[in-house]
Amino acid sequence: MDKIKIGWFSYSCCEDNTVVMTEVLNDHWQEWKKLFDFRHVRVLKSKNIFDEFDIAFIEGAVASPEQEEEIKDIRNRSKKLVAIGSCAVVGLPAGQRNTFTPEQNQHINFLVARFGALPQVKKVSDIVKVDVEVPGCPMSPEVFLEKVNALVAELRPAV
Amino acid sequence: MHTFDLSLEHMTKMEGNANLSLKIVDGKVTDVKFSVKEYKRFFTEAMKGKNIVAIPQHLARICGTCSNSHIMCSIEACENALGITPTTQTKILRALMMHGLMIRDHALHLYLFSMPDIFGKDAFLDFDENDPAQHQILHDGFDVKSAGNFLATLIAGRSVHATLPTIGGFLKFPDQTGMDEAIQKLQNIRPAVLRLIEIFKNAPFHFDRKTKYMALVPDDTFGYINGNIVTSSGEKYGEKDFRTHLESTVLPYSQAVGYTYKDEGYMVGALPRVNLAKDKLHPKTKESAAEALSLFPSTDIFYNNLAQAIEILHSVDESIDILSKNKFVPEPLVKPLSDSAAVSAVGVGVIEAPRGTLYHKVILGGDAKVVGGEVVVPTGQNQINIERDIGVLVQKLIDESNSTASDAAPLDKAKIGFEIEKLIRAYDPCMSCAAHFLKVEWEENL
Repeated sequence: MDKIKIGWFSYSCCEDNTVVMTEVLNDHWQEWKKLFDFRHVRVLKSKNIFDEFDIAFIEGAVASPEQEEEIKDIRNRSKKLVAIGSCAVVGLPAGQRNTFTPEQNQHINFLVARFGALPQVKKVSDIVKVDVEVPGCPMSPEVFLEKVNALVAELRPAV
Repeated sequence: MHTFDLSLEHMTKMEGNANLSLKIVDGKVTDVKFSVKEYKRFFTEAMKGKNIVAIPQHLARICGTCSNSHIMCSIEACENALGITPTTQTKILRALMMHGLMIRDHALHLYLFSMPDIFGKDAFLDFDENDPAQHQILHDGFDVKSAGNFLATLIAGRSVHATLPTIGGFLKFPDQTGMDEAIQKLQNIRPAVLRLIEIFKNAPFHFDRKTKYMALVPDDTFGYINGNIVTSSGEKYGEKDFRTHLESTVLPYSQAVGYTYKDEGYMVGALPRVNLAKDKLHPKTKESAAEALSLFPSTDIFYNNLAQAIEILHSVDESIDILSKNKFVPEPLVKPLSDSAAVSAVGVGVIEAPRGTLYHKVILGGDAKVVGGEVVVPTGQNQINIERDIGVLVQKLIDESNSTASDAAPLDKAKIGFEIEKLIRAYDPCMSCAAHFLKVEWEENL
């Protein structure tokens, strides 16, 4: 059986789901080593391959036009795309500036402009089709496992 | 002579997203910029108008892996603003929460990020299960992480964005079954932690550049929450001076080119902590890690890894003691003195996060509403030191290359890049935290 190709990408967020994923690995690394090809997971490795993915996990909100383009590119390379955690699923708290008062905006607008950030921070489904959502801040390990196992069953029915 | 620019984008095996740019002119390093590649999320601006009880959970979202230290530091700042003194039991539970954090966070850094460099592997999961030594390390890594995760979850509700610690105390208390299980798990990983110390004591990487360092040093037992800020040159700032130290020294410099202390870069983190307070470590830690501890004080940045491994052992030994000697009973949250929440006040919190000294300041404007605040993170403070180290390291590599090859010989940029990443990883930087606080590149981009 071909291993399931995994991409894990983090955008505007605190990367709490990445940390939870590394904790889920504590109990599942042996089975996942056999099942998954961690093809592009920067927290785990240096020699990452950006070609095609069976499952792409997107963590974080979308804060810039470059991030929008990257996510569209990842979508085109991926059979399944999973939005991981609150920032990816609903755009908050990373996109909290969307909720600022005019006075607060006065304090930050020059920084938003200086870095070429989007006027409004977006959630992943504003940009691309999302197949599966794992909500939470951080995600719940149990819900994450349940969704991952369902995807594995769909992609590799024989496993 | 070599003249070139070197850029490392999307550095791997670290928290968050960092970039590095270097300029080399005629064989001399002329510019080094270690920068953050993350978009600002404006946490301190977003503090404004929130009720003070929401602030610790709000600021936790600055960073996933450091979240429990942001919660702890913010609680301390808020309690100082409100005039709350926590109970003895709360102090003990907070110490345990920090031990759980240190075990989990240091283990992530040491096993998953730094260990592959030592063994010439790309990833921790590439370790060979059929090789007895590598098999052992693989299992050790996940077992140690798991024990830290269990302890943090038992005490704080979650190891990331903890749910139970709050202003005035805890919302739930560990039961005896959980405490017994934690003791068992911590005892089980102790041999693994000793093996970890041995690996980093014997690791072949060294880089020594004399620098200043600073840490919060407790009066009694080695810990992460209380004490005085002590520097390598002997200065000491007591708790009553924290606000002055933060406002007059740390914050003004942060607006310039980076945090400096008396015009020089300085380092915070496990290495400074062990340098300044190794005599306060748990007696069993001192006994079991005596040989490794004899290497401190040190300014060899790669011993930051060894210091983290020693801190894991200390946190294991301390936690076993605390869990064995204490019973925890439900107690109500300590409330602010009468109407103190309704008046303007400023509170400063200072703790040692896994990566070094963390400062939070909260300004309360009356009616329990926050009107402002500041957060100063370890990676921001280490930035100048990291850049200076990289400059010296790259200059050394270029000089070595010049002495062994003709001018026409191409420089091995991949090797330089790898050496730089290894050095940066030894600092264990956290770019999620630093996203809001590294200033240099932003000014350059004006």
